[in-house]
Amino acid sequence: MSDTTQNTREWPLWEVFVRSSRGLSHVHAGSLHAPDATMALRNARDLYTRRNEGTSVWVVPSDAILSSDPDHKGGFFESAQGKSFRHATYYTKSEGVKHL
Amino acid sequence: MNAPQADHLKAVSDAALGEDEQAAQNYFDQLISEDSRVEPRDWMPEGYRKTLTRQVSQHAHSEIIGMQPEANWITRAPSLKRKAILMAKVQDEAGHGLYLYSAAETLGTPRDVLNQQLLDGKAKYSSIFNYPARTWADIGAIGWLVDGAAICNQVPLCRASYGPYGRAMVRICKEESFHQRQGWEILYELSHGTPEQKQMAQDAVNRFYGPALQMFGPPDEDSPNSKQSMAWNIKRFSNDELRQRFVDMMVPQAEALGLTLPDPDLKWNEERGHYDYGKLDWNEFKSVISGHGPCNVQRMQRRRAAHSEGAWVREAAAEYARKMEAHNAELIGA
Repeated sequence: MSDTTQNTREWPLWEVFVRSSRGLSHVHAGSLHAPDATMALRNARDLYTRRNEGTSVWVVPSDAILSSDPDHKGGFFESAQGKSFRHATYYTKSEGVKHL
Repeated sequence: MNAPQADHLKAVSDAALGEDEQAAQNYFDQLISEDSRVEPRDWMPEGYRKTLTRQVSQHAHSEIIGMQPEANWITRAPSLKRKAILMAKVQDEAGHGLYLYSAAETLGTPRDVLNQQLLDGKAKYSSIFNYPARTWADIGAIGWLVDGAAICNQVPLCRASYGPYGRAMVRICKEESFHQRQGWEILYELSHGTPEQKQMAQDAVNRFYGPALQMFGPPDEDSPNSKQSMAWNIKRFSNDELRQRFVDMMVPQAEALGLTLPDPDLKWNEERGHYDYGKLDWNEFKSVISGHGPCNVQRMQRRRAAHSEGAWVREAAAEYARKMEAHNAELIGA
């Protein structure tokens, strides 16, 4: 029966993000398996916030996340390299001048 | 901070051609030599992936099986407070198992495969959990000595070269320190109670001390895989180094309990700046790990029963999710 196949299939994977306190971003805490979003959220609470680690939790289906390819990290992030003029420390003439 | 760790996350390739294997190996070697971290979608040598999958999943299995000796005492814990503490601890062990399965999965083996390896008896777990918890004092000794040895082993693993494993270990170590302290306190209460209670505490320490020292694994000369694990920055200290560190920590803690450690050869060595300790019974270790400990059969039977008794819950949840999805699809289609 197709139902049996459905039931024995592994529950999908979810990524869990926890906001540890107000004013901070949600940070990736780990992952878990759950049959649906509601259960994923409850499991996330039980698994990742047993000691008041969070004031808010997000769960995201893992396969909904698109990630950059680590094998091509050089090329992908190239435009940020060699542009030290984007940092304040590049400008040194103002040394000794206050509040600058 | 950390990128999502699932290894099957879709990646957008920004180049048509991949780097060749040698370049990938060089990059991996460079990460290791810089003491940097390897992340799930990085190229890694097959041996590294295999070693980690085995180590992390065995570690997860140990946490799951480790729930059993303690769960046996929840209904018999001497007070409501102790029951609540023990339940929290057992729940933590389940949580630790799940953190570790998550980390193991990022290496490419699905959770149900790992779980099936445990159920089929193909995967090992820490042999310490094949010993029974005979008295309430054993719950104290397990917390103090077994969780203590685990912490000693696990703190350096927080710096393991594989990112998801290290991150799981950080979380676990934070929680383990409660486990060890509550165990020590159980023994403290008993050793400051009636003479019978103190004897009970001493007996428990006598039972668990040797097996706890064996948790660090065989002596360095009999541990051929350690070298490679250390070269890969998975393991940071050898089995014997960690065991020595543990013995040095336990001696003053036992004194504070007013209990003795069951080793006639245990004595301070001024020259080494460490305690010398007696030979461990490695024949017993080998026998327990290969299935002949007091509780191996019972632990596996219980695990399999729990898995099959829980099947209806998994099926019901999956069916509910399927129905809701179908229901929602119908609404969208309408």
